[in-house]
Amino acid sequence: MDPFLTSRAVSDILGGITNGMIYGLVALSLVLIWRSTGILNFAQGAMPMFATYIGMVAFSHVFSYWPCVAVSVFVGFAIGGGTERLLVRHLYGKPELNPIVVMVGFLIVLEGAAAALWSTQPRGFINPFSPIDFQLGGKPVALSAFSLYEIITALVVMTTVAVLFRYTKLGLQLRASALAPEVSRLLGVRVNRMLTLGWVLSMGVGTITTILVASNFFTGLTPQVMDGVFAFGFIAAAVGGLESPVGAIISGVCIGVILQFVGDFLNSNYIILVALGILIVSLMVRPNGLFTKSTARRV
Amino acid sequence: MITVQGLSVSFGAVQALRDVSFFAETGKITAVLGSNGAGKTTLLRTISGLKEPSSGDILLLERSLVRQKPEDIARLGVGHVPEGRGVIGEFTVEENLRLGAMMAKVNLSAGLDEQYERFPVLGQRRKQHAAKLSGGERQMLAMARALIAQPLVLLLDEPSLGLAPQVTAQLMHVIQDLCASKNLTVILVEQNASTALRISDHAVVLHLGTVVANDVASKIAVDEDLRRYYLGMVD
Repeated sequence: MDPFLTSRAVSDILGGITNGMIYGLVALSLVLIWRSTGILNFAQGAMPMFATYIGMVAFSHVFSYWPCVAVSVFVGFAIGGGTERLLVRHLYGKPELNPIVVMVGFLIVLEGAAAALWSTQPRGFINPFSPIDFQLGGKPVALSAFSLYEIITALVVMTTVAVLFRYTKLGLQLRASALAPEVSRLLGVRVNRMLTLGWVLSMGVGTITTILVASNFFTGLTPQVMDGVFAFGFIAAAVGGLESPVGAIISGVCIGVILQFVGDFLNSNYIILVALGILIVSLMVRPNGLFTKSTARRV
Repeated sequence: MITVQGLSVSFGAVQALRDVSFFAETGKITAVLGSNGAGKTTLLRTISGLKEPSSGDILLLERSLVRQKPEDIARLGVGHVPEGRGVIGEFTVEENLRLGAMMAKVNLSAGLDEQYERFPVLGQRRKQHAAKLSGGERQMLAMARALIAQPLVLLLDEPSLGLAPQVTAQLMHVIQDLCASKNLTVILVEQNASTALRISDHAVVLHLGTVVANDVASKIAVDEDLRRYYLGMVD
């Protein structure tokens, strides 16, 4: 095999996995909210962006990188919980269009407020990880300390969420509240609290994702920093199935790798077209998503 | 144990329950009987807090349950096995039971062992998804999930619905046994009046939301008018 081609393919795979992990995290945060409350949160990029501005910019004069990360995540938790209690709770049981319109409106408000408060200039953060690719035999590989930081953080977050949902009492109550709220109430589960917690968790995942994206030397934090990432994360969630956290992550990584090859071998202008093409084809073949079991409807 | 006093419930203009009163004694089975639309399920849903009454009161050991949340009523010791069983199909048998045990003050493994001993088939299928169980097994799971929380009162809504007579008899035997051994208070809603009256101590007959009879089960079982006009039992 042509060593040059191999190197290029490996670089694309590594770069794709790094991007795909980010898309997978966004998709996971969307699935967490969809499964618990049946709402497609179009402000899923903007809410963590706002939390990241508060934690990483407003506190950057006081704290170093890691304390700012912790503050951002806690602010993300608070924004998630507060939004569910004050805004979203009034939307349960309403026509499906209502939450979509409200969350799109909330996205616009948050992006506008962030621009007014902190301007639209990209803000970079000094983080401990170099963006320069490692060298192997004198040649660069598409992997840096920063991309390893992204991949490892994504894996830790995904594993934590999986363990929480699969093996803890809290996870059992979260899943039960999403699947059968009335039965859960009859068993003593505080369902409203679980719904709030679903939003809190989702915003925690979203804020960590935003910090990873904004910490990238080439990106920085802007009010629209998550718009593009949200689009690919949304496609990953829809392709994997909004009911499937595992599907969301797998599709996120696969889409990341495919789009990396498209950008490298074809043209970067085709990336969004190919992503939308994947979405359309997968919705035509498996409308519920590739990893969601089809449900039979009794008539 | 449970006292229902002058309970009225309405859905908009439709009154589902009208001034319903009865007492469910500790350690006894109280059957609630009546035809479709009599208000039996509404009565259970109101006791467990899923429906708010327009007037009247429900007392559990002299504590009012009205306007309390369903989860708080469950935590006070009222277990409700709803119509259609309400098992979570996506969960395994054991996960359903673990969810039920969330409020129990007993050791989880001891609670699971007790339920597997009572319903051995659940022990054999503990890792199986509840969606794959038969109707009878689902009913057993629903009951086991309510029982693992060690309730003071168990509300059972149509437990025999869609089950073979043999399975129904097995379940009824379990209910009787629980009342005797655990001093459990049971309010049993059934359309199958003869089955319910056979195991009950007391019975309340509802017709269009109103109590038309409230007496010991053995008396209601031999009342020809009640049997013919309200319970659909023809000799």
